[in-house]
Amino acid sequence: MSELISAEARSWIGREGEPVHVEVNRSDIIKYSISTEQQQEKFLNGDEAPAMFLFGALRPIAPLAELGSDGLPKDSFLPDLPLKRVMAGGTEMTFHRSIHPGDKLVATRSLADLIEKQGSTGPLIFVVYNLRVETEAGELVLEEKQTRIMR
Amino acid sequence: MSSLDISKLSVGEALPERQHTATNVSLFCYNAAIWNPHRIHYDEPYTTNVEKHPGVVIDGPLQGDWLNQVVVNWMGDNGTLVQFNYSNRRASYIGETLTSGGTITAIDTDVSTVDMDVFIKNENGDVITPGTARVKFA
Repeated sequence: MSELISAEARSWIGREGEPVHVEVNRSDIIKYSISTEQQQEKFLNGDEAPAMFLFGALRPIAPLAELGSDGLPKDSFLPDLPLKRVMAGGTEMTFHRSIHPGDKLVATRSLADLIEKQGSTGPLIFVVYNLRVETEAGELVLEEKQTRIMR
Repeated sequence: MSSLDISKLSVGEALPERQHTATNVSLFCYNAAIWNPHRIHYDEPYTTNVEKHPGVVIDGPLQGDWLNQVVVNWMGDNGTLVQFNYSNRRASYIGETLTSGGTITAIDTDVSTVDMDVFIKNENGDVITPGTARVKFA
């Protein structure tokens, strides 16, 4: 069996995190759109959020005292793993509805899988989350499978 | 935005390419906008000495955003993005100019969908972030 992923860590698979609530704000869309070099007016004026806007909007906002030496807050929804450095892995997104200022959204994340792989520079653990975003009224907005790589 | 006619598209057709050159300023703005305090995106001594990267790291999800813009900027208001996948295969560092682009891989006129492969290439021409997208025409 796996050497790096403990049975305790493995028991997290299938677990669901606390729902995150976010109210979409026009100026946040505008900042995101400028910094990602959007070209369409509807994004640059904040009328509609670009496809990956929620990646930022759903990031944890933690007090400075809770940020680690790498700058990141400790993710409470991550089992204890022997590899500590985080890299972006990729994503699979299915869009059901566009996002606009004033939208009140609820995001729920579950831990879908932990996969050990051998990278060119050493072992890696792929942490796979399923994310489901709905409006507070229950309308489905986005389904996403996110992969984070620990090295 | 110009109008696209699904019946006039063909498999193998290329989408417009675009270049992106991240700077310290653009990466600062992006990481502030997404509230990402990870030091590998703005603190060069930390990034090279502690996390052992050769330089300040261009965020993987920023490349993901540039990738989906290949599709949504080509499509404009002619349709909507329904699916989008990518994987960050290799890291990229500040100073590199990246090129985004894509190719049509399938067209289904019955349900008005078009599938595409999209890519981010580095200056050596290596695809560092491949992806796929599906759009549905209105």
